[in-house]
Amino acid sequence: MRNYITIKNNETIPFNTIPILKYEEFLETNVSFLKDAHNHCVSYFAFPFQNKLRLICCIANDFKARIKLTSAEIETNAAKVYPSLTACNLNFNMFEREISENFGVKYSDHPWLKPVRYSCSRFDQSASISNYPFYKIDSEELHEVGVGPIHAGVIEPGHFRFICKGEQIQHLEIQLGYQHRGVENLFLLKNNLLQRTLLAESIAGDTTVGHTTAFANLWESLCGYEPPDDLQFVRTLALELERIAIHTGDLSAICADIAYQLGASVFGRLRTPIINFFQNWSGNRLANGLIRAFQNNYSFTTELRDELLKILSAYEPDFEEMSDKLMHNPGSLSRLEKTGVVTFEQAHSIGAVGMTAKASGLNRDIRASHPSLYYRRMDHQPVIKHHGDVYSRTQIRREEIRQSIKYIKSLLKNIPDVESNKRLLLNPKQNSFLISLVEGWRGEICHCAITGENGELIHYKIKDPSFHNWLALALAVRKNEISDFPICNKSFNLSYCGFDL
Amino acid sequence: MIKAIQILRHQGKQFIKDVTKVTLNEPFRGRPVISKIKVDEEALAKICPTNAITVNPVSIDLGKCSFCGECAFQFPAKIKFTSDYKLAANDRKKLIVQEGDDKAIELNSELIRKEIVSFFRGSLKLRQVSAGGDNSAELELNAAGNVNFDMGRFGINFVASPRHADGIVITGPITENMAEPLQICYDAIPSPKIVILCGVDAISGGVFQNSAALNRKFLETHKVDLYVPGNPPHPLTFINGVLELIGKLSRVKR
Ligand code: SF4
Repeated sequence: MRNYITIKNNETIPFNTIPILKYEEFLETNVSFLKDAHNHCVSYFAFPFQNKLRLICCIANDFKARIKLTSAEIETNAAKVYPSLTACNLNFNMFEREISENFGVKYSDHPWLKPVRYSCSRFDQSASISNYPFYKIDSEELHEVGVGPIHAGVIEPGHFRFICKGEQIQHLEIQLGYQHRGVENLFLLKNNLLQRTLLAESIAGDTTVGHTTAFANLWESLCGYEPPDDLQFVRTLALELERIAIHTGDLSAICADIAYQLGASVFGRLRTPIINFFQNWSGNRLANGLIRAFQNNYSFTTELRDELLKILSAYEPDFEEMSDKLMHNPGSLSRLEKTGVVTFEQAHSIGAVGMTAKASGLNRDIRASHPSLYYRRMDHQPVIKHHGDVYSRTQIRREEIRQSIKYIKSLLKNIPDVESNKRLLLNPKQNSFLISLVEGWRGEICHCAITGENGELIHYKIKDPSFHNWLALALAVRKNEISDFPICNKSFNLSYCGFDL
Repeated sequence: MIKAIQILRHQGKQFIKDVTKVTLNEPFRGRPVISKIKVDEEALAKICPTNAITVNPVSIDLGKCSFCGECAFQFPAKIKFTSDYKLAANDRKKLIVQEGDDKAIELNSELIRKEIVSFFRGSLKLRQVSAGGDNSAELELNAAGNVNFDMGRFGINFVASPRHADGIVITGPITENMAEPLQICYDAIPSPKIVILCGVDAISGGVFQNSAALNRKFLETHKVDLYVPGNPPHPLTFINGVLELIGKLSRVKR
């Protein structure tokens, strides 16, 4: 008999069908899953269940569009020490740190067992964010540079601790948690759908569409509702628009960080009509209010279609002209090329996802591997680059913008009729489990839900792609000049709040 | 070089000429108007995900409203959101819109400290602190300085160091983990200094109200000079509010 169960993206299953293994077998099984290059860990978490701690591990097979689930039960209070999965495979690193922080699970051989975000429900309440145990090296030739939590700009907080030799970075440790708002706990405490939808919109405000789509897809499946075409259309279109908007803004920010004022201004203003279109459609420039489970408050009219086509046709020539100039400007190329390299091996070993993975030659894109919505009908070929440097990450944005424009134009040829403007009150199925994967502009977003006896949520787990990818930034800057840190950081554009939750 | 000049020419003029006179289109959700029509008030108040609606008389607290629009969808005859984006106020009570109100929200000039106008009218440098912000208000504050909205033309900018700043703009519901850095940053700003709360999360906690992960003590001990509602606030909401606060509106080209 198989000791795991296989499900698809957005498939609701009875919770008790996930096999419970002995911890040792659980460890071996999941570690061996990852020996297959098509597999990666999309989520691994713990939650208190029937006086014990239940571990659930979700390994996605990107080739077969399936997710393998296993679980294990461990004692919550015992002084027991467990061998870690991380010692065998770094994919599990952040997940085990999180489990340990939240529930006090001790690992004998985890190489880097440090706090993750100082969550309000952490096991050790005496641990404080101002006392993070930074890695130190004793040497007369090295010095430390601390940056943050508050940075020099209108951006979110996080602390970066560099160990440098002269101007060269030897090591970077990234400490987060400042943005922790207790989102996952609130998902359980707020018991109405609209409140939960607003929470999903606020997980990361730059990925409103991505996270809210993950939530809406999840909630509908949990209630046994198959979203009709108009809902799927809206979500797919909005995901691609969000991608264009943020990628364009990122290109602007990358230009700003290499002091290329022309690029910064032009890309900056090119983003404006795209997000203003969101406002004309849904009343909000960041698409708050647009994505709702079961319903669509803002139908996509033919006037909106014409307006969007006009915006895109004005956008394209200016975008092409500017990005062509940027990519052929020796001054900018010298700053972008070979800066902040993440190798394929590194990306693979830490389980990088999304843009970060794709820039290092690792094909991870949920739109192709575990498609939902209209992506099931598209033949999406992810944009892959191989150098893993800032330049590759810049190229990905340029090419993904073009690709999204192409997708949007083809979507606009066939606007489905509105079927969903009524408010449905469906209840989630009882004792169920499901996982919802969506490719946001940054990468793979994963929401997991578990319901209890009465269909109430007993656990909600959110994973922003940044959860995997912050470590990629730390690796990328090694042996780079510290003055190149801002451009490296910007090329990843990871989320603080999405990580901190 | 020639290419760069061509690109420049192709941009045309991008800036908004008069940031005080722009009209936004429906379905933008700005200042709500509540009619006097009788409805099931309890049911109406229950809809609101952030407890912004109170009854008898029906009112909406813009400091708590996340502008989700749900109340207007379900009670269209009772509640309408206009596209009036000038929502900022310096009196917390002014953010409460009551049944029958349909007038612009304005700053109470008596509450504006004299030094704010005399020191900052020509130049206002702000330090932004995201204290649990979700990066939406932050994106919009950045946009306020871009070539379209260009608030730099009024001498209003964000600066890197609190030592160079005249005030602080707080976004986010103020997390426990940011409480101390926020205080340190505020203390580092030379006096006189102003405090601006930007967005529903900062003003009331928004959807994070009562989360165990927050620590909003900073607000108990510091006076707030400007509340900027919105989820996130539109750049025009922010710019107009600040212009009014520093007494610059009369000088803005009309
Ligand atoms: S729009 Fe504001 S007042 Fe109306 S339901 Fe939403 S949060 Fe409440």
